[in-house]
Amino acid sequence: MKLKGAEIVIESLIDQGVTDIFGYPGGTVLDIYDALYARSDRINHVLVSHEQHAAHAADGYARATGKVGVVLATSGPGATNLVTGIATAMLDSIPVVAITGNVGRPMVGKDSFQEVDITGITLPITKHNYFVNNIDELPEVMREAFKIAKSDRPGPVLIDIPKDVQNMVTDFEPQGPSRPFDRIQPQENRIQEAAEAIAKAERPYLYIGGGVFAAEAYQDVEKLADKIDAVIGTSLMGISAISNDNPRYLGMVGMHGHYASTIAQADADLIIAIGTRFSDRVTGKTSEFCKDATIIHLDVDFAEISKNVDADIGVRGDLRVTLPILLRTLEKQEHPEWIAHVNGLVEKEKGLHAKTLGTDPKDIIEVINDIKSDDTVVATDVGQHQMWAAQYLKFRKPRKFVSSGGLGTMGFGMGAAEGAAVATKVPTVLITGDGSFGMNLNEVMTSVLYGLPLTVVIMNNHVLGMVRQWQTLFYGKRYSNTVLEKRAPDYVKLAEAFGAEGVVTETVEEFREAFEKAYHSGKVTLIDCRIDKDEFVLPMIPAGQTVKDMVTERGDD
Amino acid sequence: MADIKKDETKFVIAIYVDNKFGVLTRVTSMFTRRGFNIDALTVGVTESPEYSRITLSMSGDGYARAQMLNQLRKLHNVKKVEILDEKDIIERELLLIKVGNAADQHQLIMSCVDIFKAKIIDYSTSSLGIEVTGTSDKIDAFIEMIRPVGIIESCRSGIIALSKGSGSMLDTPDLF
Repeated sequence: MKLKGAEIVIESLIDQGVTDIFGYPGGTVLDIYDALYARSDRINHVLVSHEQHAAHAADGYARATGKVGVVLATSGPGATNLVTGIATAMLDSIPVVAITGNVGRPMVGKDSFQEVDITGITLPITKHNYFVNNIDELPEVMREAFKIAKSDRPGPVLIDIPKDVQNMVTDFEPQGPSRPFDRIQPQENRIQEAAEAIAKAERPYLYIGGGVFAAEAYQDVEKLADKIDAVIGTSLMGISAISNDNPRYLGMVGMHGHYASTIAQADADLIIAIGTRFSDRVTGKTSEFCKDATIIHLDVDFAEISKNVDADIGVRGDLRVTLPILLRTLEKQEHPEWIAHVNGLVEKEKGLHAKTLGTDPKDIIEVINDIKSDDTVVATDVGQHQMWAAQYLKFRKPRKFVSSGGLGTMGFGMGAAEGAAVATKVPTVLITGDGSFGMNLNEVMTSVLYGLPLTVVIMNNHVLGMVRQWQTLFYGKRYSNTVLEKRAPDYVKLAEAFGAEGVVTETVEEFREAFEKAYHSGKVTLIDCRIDKDEFVLPMIPAGQTVKDMVTERGDD
Repeated sequence: MADIKKDETKFVIAIYVDNKFGVLTRVTSMFTRRGFNIDALTVGVTESPEYSRITLSMSGDGYARAQMLNQLRKLHNVKKVEILDEKDIIERELLLIKVGNAADQHQLIMSCVDIFKAKIIDYSTSSLGIEVTGTSDKIDAFIEMIRPVGIIESCRSGIIALSKGSGSMLDTPDLF
């Protein structure tokens, strides 16, 4: 059938199976919005308050479901407002398709009103991007964008469509959702090498990351750990891939990782890194990182192998293919001494919880654990609250922890939580801080408008807590521009102004009562949860140092 | 050109890319983003109209070589990447150079032109335009030889290279 470019955009989304998109209208996407108007029975459009949050919402939607998230924005500022969201998705390998309008082709290159070279701007932060110069290419570009976004190592793809192209006509036929590229097959001899190294190991440790979600390889990871009697630690991006009920699972590793997880990684004689990239937040000083252990790296992206830490054996391939072959190749192993050693570390960790100065952030997170269902997604912003959430939240199902790992984007949380709530339709929680929340509180109006069941827990210490922690430890307590006390809004009134509920809690008991009510209300609630401004995230391995430098107790400051 | 560090070597990379608008930017942007330095770059059409061939020369250690290769392969418009083994390639570079044409220098100029099989392609009473083709080493040597004459302006094309023998790069499988 013959369709206009703008109609092809919408019909392509329907053809790809897209049911929800996030966006904000403007001059150069008027035609796309007009085409959307006619198809609003098929596509639910969520109107955000700012394009950045639309990008984060598409990202959160993708993280919560594994589907491709879609965001739509106009040219110029609409497009540049997506940049932080696209970069966030890129750094965490999240499949997102961003569609932007641009000025008509005769106006391109003339600094026209709201013209910006968004394909140029997003070149280093997209997996691929397109400037659609020719209407006849549009149907294939739409299909290819989805294919690229979800294939291999996923990532964001941007499609920039000039306004005149949106109004030109070409043939379009639905072909159904794009299939990903063929799965990358690992080299069997590499798997054999890996199996031989595993057979020699006595202290095996699986270090997993976000790639386990991309491949949905949760069960194979658990089977591998069982087969070779290994323990499992995760990067921030791998949280919720393995259930906290699994006794082999030690939690997050690295700068603010669990004591047992981080020490066990350092004590291991074999590290099997699965879908993870040895971020500096995990490794600290790379020259000292697990330097006596054998490192096997399984990843779909060959550029990650030996990028940050030299791997003894690199196996490039789709984890859905690699892990089953590896499992078939391996003999069952038992390492009772290693497991006993790790159990000792876990016991020691229980006694290490540092003293707190007021309401214990751990207790707050435990309340959330007690009340939330296994299907609830918990999103975070970035800072101390994010690390507490990463350390103490418990999950039984995958894709339930949504957090900006690589880019560390403050202001990520509200959009991401909305995306997750739209996708899952179950009560959703955002754990944020007063600093981060200040960067995205305008999004509360969107959540209210769409009646999302969202509980926002603001861990309010009236400071930029993580920066303050570094200022306390490394900058002689010179609290340069990190005290927010004098500008703190009244969050209860703020909530009311947006049509949400608001409540202040000073104690764990008050918090439990407020959270229980909010969580089950099916509405948007802001909980202003007060904590002390000098609370620390511990343990901590200072940047660029080693596991020997781990701080588990707060000193005398 | 930056000094080459001890463990760094120079190498030549050939890349087949889609012959599309903006692809060169994608390739060079990756180099900027990952902190690799390009010594010379050429790009042109190939035997198949849908592809362009980029020839790059750069220097780096083993890590830089591997990373650069792997990051290039990830770009959607990149079809094929290979590091060309210096012993196993035919390579050429073109130099255009303008030098002074003083009478007392004629003998030196003519012997340089002769030895390097260069061509004089522009002649005036005050200057000479010379064309030289050859390997980059040969061109370096020519420039050193002719320098005493007085170089007015010069321009090098950057290297282009093919592997020796009957194979085609597009037909060889990628090995990881």
